[in-house]
Order: sequence, then structure tokens, then C-alpha cells
Amino acid sequence: MTTLPTSTQKKLGLVIDLDTCVGCHACVVSCKGWNTENYGAPLSDQKPYGGDPSGTFLNRVHSYEVQPDEGAAQLIHFPKSCLHCEDAPCVTVCPTGASYKRVEDGIVLVNEQDCIGCGLCAWACPYGAREMDAAEKVMKKCTLCVDRIYNENLPEEDRQPACVRTCPSGARHFGDLGDENSDVSILVAERGGFDLMPEMGTKPVNQYLPPRPKDTMEEFDILAPYLEPVAKDAGGFLGWLDKALDKLPGNSAGGAN
Amino acid sequence: MHPAPSIILFTTLSGFGFGLLTFLGLGMPNYTGFIAFVFFAIAYVLAVGGLLFSTFHLGHPERALKAFSQWRSSWLSREGICAVGALIVMAIYGVGRVFFAQHWGIIGGIGAILSLLTVYTTSMIYAQLKTVPRWNMPLTSPLFMALAITGGALLAAQVKIAIFMLIFSAIIQVAYWVMGDGRLAASGTNMETATGLGHIGKVKAFEPPHTGTNYLMREFIHVVGRKHAMKLRTIALVLGFVLPVIFLLLPFGHIFALFAVLCHIAGIFTSRWLFFAQAEHVVGLYYGKR
Ligand code: SF4
Ligand code: SF4
Ligand code: SF4
Repeated sequence: MTTLPTSTQKKLGLVIDLDTCVGCHACVVSCKGWNTENYGAPLSDQKPYGGDPSGTFLNRVHSYEVQPDEGAAQLIHFPKSCLHCEDAPCVTVCPTGASYKRVEDGIVLVNEQDCIGCGLCAWACPYGAREMDAAEKVMKKCTLCVDRIYNENLPEEDRQPACVRTCPSGARHFGDLGDENSDVSILVAERGGFDLMPEMGTKPVNQYLPPRPKDTMEEFDILAPYLEPVAKDAGGFLGWLDKALDKLPGNSAGGAN
Repeated sequence: MHPAPSIILFTTLSGFGFGLLTFLGLGMPNYTGFIAFVFFAIAYVLAVGGLLFSTFHLGHPERALKAFSQWRSSWLSREGICAVGALIVMAIYGVGRVFFAQHWGIIGGIGAILSLLTVYTTSMIYAQLKTVPRWNMPLTSPLFMALAITGGALLAAQVKIAIFMLIFSAIIQVAYWVMGDGRLAASGTNMETATGLGHIGKVKAFEPPHTGTNYLMREFIHVVGRKHAMKLRTIALVLGFVLPVIFLLLPFGHIFALFAVLCHIAGIFTSRWLFFAQAEHVVGLYYGKR
């Protein structure tokens, strides 16, 4: 049924820490590894060793350069998978009922037996979280590892999404964002977690934690301003070269002084 | 957006087909017997042919019947239901015209309404998508419906209505282009809201997630269309509207009417190609593109 539930008992989702993600892509690999041989159709690759490789992934890591008004640019790695939106536009557009949001935990899934591969849900998702598999011709998306988190055949510590379990820097957290006392909710509250594209009105469950502000290097020796500068004007050959070049017409570009 | 030939053929041809069915349902032109059969045949070839092209776009066309189930929420599902409803009702009406020389007004009227509704539901598949700001605006549905009525009037040989509708549609078409150009900026979605990093500074895509391409980039990022947009718009306007009006204003002859129809169809294909090729999907922002 592609009408959305008015509320869900839990809001399971991920909290992704943009401060600690080191951009290693381990979550990308573990996600593909787990999901290609578990829930639903495998995640195919096309020409993986050829000149134009491409394939289906449920989780991808972008990298952005952010330039503040002052100071050095920052490099921020940005993992992105389905955000399991409360108001999921991908679900309501689906003509077959293949896409649905679960009442019990809010996970958004695709029933691949019903999917006609029309692609409309991928058009409706603002985050690029759905990809049509080129071999199976059905829509693939993050399942929040629904076949791990409730799986009693796995040891308890493995009953969490593959990407969360794998992340070496602890940048991905899994839990119930509908329970304000859960670890993930407390984390979001403390760190000022935010929605991606809030103006789209999708109400994503997954939250992103902003990079912590960079500190600035303070002057650490109060006597430093009174010290003689160590570097003096160059003497010898370099000094001669410096003066000779200064005499040539035109500005010397590229130098610090 | 990637301008997939199957979707362009589908929306354009079925638009013409259902436009013609609308006129036929209202008893225009008022033929019976064999001539009526020819008109109905043209309408069904266009409408059904368009629908068939749309199934080429599906990964699993053999499951297409399931697409009728979710009319509560899905415009694509509603479109399927309206289309089949219109085709069935108009077939009954057509049998009356062709074999019994009867005008079953109520059935024809219902068929005409269903035909127009089909075009409306098609337009809403696009207009509902917030992710494509150029489509997500109030002029998308009027544009689709005006073009279908115009094409229907031309095919139904309703010269006066056709001339009026050509001028009316041309105005909507130009307004759609002008308004559409500002929609992405007006939507307020940009790389800063996409990443939530705007509070730090200006965001620039540094490295994509992969060295090659992927489904998202193939489907949603298309820049060629924008390069020649102004030229193509001019071609669409001249072929789609200006020339047909001139042909229709010339002393009436079947050959000019045919020219008018052919020019109009070519113009509408161009316009529909642009409709897709020019549309920006916000997911492109994650790739620093649009
Ligand atoms: S992130 Fe995209 S695919 Fe996932 S629930 Fe939201 S709209 Fe749907
Ligand atoms: S691609 Fe499949 S899941 Fe997506 S809208 Fe179409 S039928 Fe539904
Ligand atoms: S929760 Fe599972 S399916 Fe989703 S991104 Fe993580 S590993 Fe992939």
C-alpha cells in the first residue's frame, strides 16, 4: 500500500557524523557486500573491469570542499543512503504498491516482486537514494539492513546495519530516532543534528551531525613579538640574485613579500 | 532529466490520441460509418500506441497490471485507470457511431471527460515532483491539456477551434518556459541545503563517490539540452504554432491541413524533448551539477 502510515511505532534510522567520517568508503563496500547476497536481487555491476564501469550501490560517499569566509577550506566526507523519510515521496508515487513504509519501525522498503521498474520513485527522491538495478530491472534502496537488525541467527553485536558495524571511525550510528531518550536522539540533540534539504518537506529520519568548528592556532609564546626575526635578508649568491631580479622591470609575482 | 525517447513518444502521441478522442466524444466531426471508423482508428492508434511506448520504459512490463492498484496515492496508477476507462467508454461510443450511425451523447460525454482526465493525470505525474522544480508548478497541467486539446482539434479537423487553441497554447507554452527558467533558483534548494554545510561557507563538490558514472547521473543529469535551448524553443514555436496557424488561415485545402498537422506534431515533439532535457533534478546538486 503506497499511502503512508500516519505514524510509526518506531523511527529507526541512522545518524551520520560529518565530523568523524574519514571518507574511507568502508561502509560503501560492506553495504554492497551484505546486500548483494541477502535481501532481494543482487546489486549488479556493469563492466566492472572495463573502460566505463558502473554499478548499483545503496550507500555512496561524496566529498565536498567548503570554503569559509576566512581561513583554510575544509574537506568534508559525506556518506549518503536512504534517509527513511517520514513523508516519503518515493512511496506515494509508486503505482504498484511495491514501495512501502513499515508501520512498526518506519523502514522504507521495496517489494521487488511487485516492482515494474518504472523508476518514478527514484525521480521523486531528492537525495538520490534509489537506484534501478541495470541487470534485474527493479528498484534497489537501503533496507536499513532489515535482515540484520532483527536477525537472531547473528551474534548480538552484529544486529546492526552492515555500514554501522563496519565504520572504523564510528561515524555512523543506528537507533530509534522516535524515542527521545535513545542514544541516537541524545547525540542529535547534543550535536545539533540536521535534516538534508528540509525545504523538500520529506522529514528525513536520518540525521547529519555537523563538523565541529575548527580551532585556530593561538600565539603560544608571549615573548614571541619581542624576539629578533630569525630570517634576515639573504646574503651571498641568493642575496645577489634577489637584488638583481628586483632591478629588472616588472613586478615579481608569486613571492610572499 | 534524461530525455528518454519512450517517454517522449508516449506523452506526445497519447496526448494527441486522447485529445482527438475528446473531440470525437463530443460529436466533432459529426461523421458516421466508415469515415467515423477512420477517425476512431487514428485516435486509437495514437492513444494505444503511446501507451505501448510507455511500457518500453518499464523494467518489468509483464507486471504492468499491478500498476492499476495504487490509485489512492499514485498519479501514475490513476493515469492507467483513466486511460483504460477512456478507451473502453470511447470504444462503446465508437461502435454506436460506426455501426449504428448513433450519437450516444452521454456515453460520448463521459468518454470525452475521461480522455481529458487521462491527459491531466499524465501531467500530474510530472507536476507533483518537488524534486524537479521546473515541472513542479501550476502551468505544467494547463500546458499538457492545452496541447492535447489543440492537437485533438487539428486532427478532428475543427479549424476554428484549432486556430484559437494554437494561439492559446503558444501563449501558455511561452509562459511555461519563462516561468520555468526561474524555478530552480526560486525553490531555495542548492548545494548548501543539500549538504547542510552552508553555515560553514561555500560548498563545492570535491570528489564524486565513484570514478565512473551511475544510474542517478545517467537519469537525472543532462546538460546537452540546455546548451541549445533557445534555438530549440524557437523551432518548437515556429513548427508547433506559427506555421500551423498560417496553413489553416490559407484557403482551406486538405493538403494545407495535412501540413498544419505534421508541422504541429514535429513542433510538439521538440517542445516535449525540451520539457525533459531542460528539467533539472535536485539530486544533481550532490554532484555539483544540475
Ligand atoms: S531518502 Fe529517498 S528513497 Fe529514502 S525514504 Fe526518503 S525519499 Fe524515499
Ligand atoms: S520503480 Fe518499482 S518501486 Fe519504484 S515506483 Fe516503479 S513500481 Fe514502484
Ligand atoms: S543500513 Fe544497510 S543497506 Fe542501508 S546503507 Fe547501511 S549497510 Fe547499506
